[in-house]
Amino acid sequence: MHQRRTILPLRTGLLFLGPAALFIGAFILLPFFWIAGVSFTNRTLTGATAANPQFVGLQNYLKLFDLSTFMNPGQFGSSLVITGQFVFWSAIVGQAVLGLLLAWFFYRRSGWVKESVQTLAIVAWIIPDVVVAFAWNAFLDYDGGTLNWLFGLVGLHKVDWLLAMPLLSIVLFNAWRGAAFSMLLFSSALGSIPPSYLETADVAGAGPWQRLKDIILPLIRTHIVTDLILITLWTFNTFGPFLLTGGGPAFKTEVVSVLTYRMAFKYFDFGTGSALGMVMMLINLGFALVYLGLLRRQGSSR
Amino acid sequence: MANVTFRSITKQFGAFTAVNDVSFEIADGEFVCLLGPSGCGKTTTLRMIAGLEQPTSGRILIGAADVTEAKPKERDIGMVFQDYALFPHMTIADNIAYPLKVRGVGQAERRRRAAEVAKNLSIDQLLDRRPGQISGGQQQRTSVARAVVHKPKVYLFDEPLSNLDAKLRLEARSFLKHLQRELGVTSLYVTHDQAEAMAMADRVAVMDRGEIVQFGPPLEVYRQPATTFVANFLGSPPMNLLSVRYAGGAFASSTFELDASPFAGRLRDVRDGSELTLGIRPEHVRMGGEGDRWRIPGEVYAVEPLGPESLVTLRVAGALVTARLFGDDPPTATGAASFAFDPAHLHVFGQDGRRLAAR
Repeated sequence: MHQRRTILPLRTGLLFLGPAALFIGAFILLPFFWIAGVSFTNRTLTGATAANPQFVGLQNYLKLFDLSTFMNPGQFGSSLVITGQFVFWSAIVGQAVLGLLLAWFFYRRSGWVKESVQTLAIVAWIIPDVVVAFAWNAFLDYDGGTLNWLFGLVGLHKVDWLLAMPLLSIVLFNAWRGAAFSMLLFSSALGSIPPSYLETADVAGAGPWQRLKDIILPLIRTHIVTDLILITLWTFNTFGPFLLTGGGPAFKTEVVSVLTYRMAFKYFDFGTGSALGMVMMLINLGFALVYLGLLRRQGSSR
Repeated sequence: MANVTFRSITKQFGAFTAVNDVSFEIADGEFVCLLGPSGCGKTTTLRMIAGLEQPTSGRILIGAADVTEAKPKERDIGMVFQDYALFPHMTIADNIAYPLKVRGVGQAERRRRAAEVAKNLSIDQLLDRRPGQISGGQQQRTSVARAVVHKPKVYLFDEPLSNLDAKLRLEARSFLKHLQRELGVTSLYVTHDQAEAMAMADRVAVMDRGEIVQFGPPLEVYRQPATTFVANFLGSPPMNLLSVRYAGGAFASSTFELDASPFAGRLRDVRDGSELTLGIRPEHVRMGGEGDRWRIPGEVYAVEPLGPESLVTLRVAGALVTARLFGDDPPTATGAASFAFDPAHLHVFGQDGRRLAAR
């Protein structure tokens, strides 16, 4: 057993902890409990229930899960399905798989291609949301957009991307936006594999696919799990699509974060908005527990 | 099984020439050690045979086939890496059987052949463990087992013993030599440890700065080193080297003068006044006395008793000269002393460092 040694006396430690605890309390814990409370009321911004909200029990939650309207456009169920598709295609397939492929492709290579692709990916990741959204609007615009201009060059018809393929648009947007994180994480994971492992596989006769399947993937499993946790949670919660489509057309891109926003800050129905927030939090918690379980199981199998 | 041929191989990394126009041939079933200091190009040479590096120019043949451009997997080789490179997520059995797996051999057959090889190497009780759970020596054997399991044409060893402690290293050395003899597979073994090379190889190739300086049976390389570099690299302690001036039929230094007449034949082309290097192995040096004609005087620098032998080092004309004295109790000499030797054991190296051969 390791002897636990602290570097600070308890009292000093608490002193250092103080400011952070204060901020977390004021800006995370307090709002959390406030929202938890509001989700059981019919509080709104205006009208009678604004001044005098009433306790309504689980009514907000029951309304969300009302099975007769659950899957209607603009309702919670439909929004969940959209979010699921969005997370699966843009985070897991787009960001993680694309990031892994990029990292794998550039592993132990050098030259201007690697430098430029990696730099561009990182640039896409670090510029602010609003700027990115503006750039994508410009890129996808029907009349003056870059993509339609390119289509015109090769003789294809113009497409009104945000209206005709809204979900595809936000999926591409988010994959493009976030692939850099997975690429960086997987690059460093690949860098931690001793070159002799892959050379051994080479000499043993393994092809690139066998090397990936037998050596690389098992060795970076913990990195993969970590990456999936982070990007799933981020993508599930991201508000980015709103900047591109505003949730439309006809709620087709209304992921749950956008739905929550619409309920709380467009309809000013704080009760429903808060209930949505609570459900989102529980779903996040579920993801986190599943992934942490995976990590733990892996740790014990080593 | 096959021989390995290197034809004028050069390998450059940018402006740096790692291997410079090297040619040699390893006979079928032969065990060759590539010996040299770090950075001499020995590992690069090995990796070019494995196909992990591409030569800048020249051809490599395994058997009759030109494999210069072939991928590693097309060369049919087994390689043991310095760090063993065992896959931590696989059991010992899966590690050993990996070359079979990529060749599409079925699960049961893989297990059977891994067990068979493991039994030969006395690691069959470890098959279900993982690399992290076994000792360094066992990891080393696992790595050897993986290199031989698919019965390759050539074995390549990249300093496979350097991560073992001294005792285990001796054990693994005899084990590897025995195994190679038993399997009779052409082998190339890279090491910087001269004792390893001497002990194991049929022939030793001594490399220095990208070139093979000498290639021959270990004892020949030991007894007739081609250059002062080889003389100084082989042997522990290495050969004593003394700078002298050849003048008036004698080797002269600031503190001694030796009659050069027994070497007249070798010195025929050496001009009077040339700077030469004399070399003598420590085991051919003994304590000198008044009666010795071949004697160099000096001052005792250190006496190191090692049990079966003692090392005595004298400071002679600014250089250190060591004698290995066997049997007797270590000498207790201090202050002025002298070494004596038989001129038959004296080597003379020319100005370019090449040994002057007797004619």
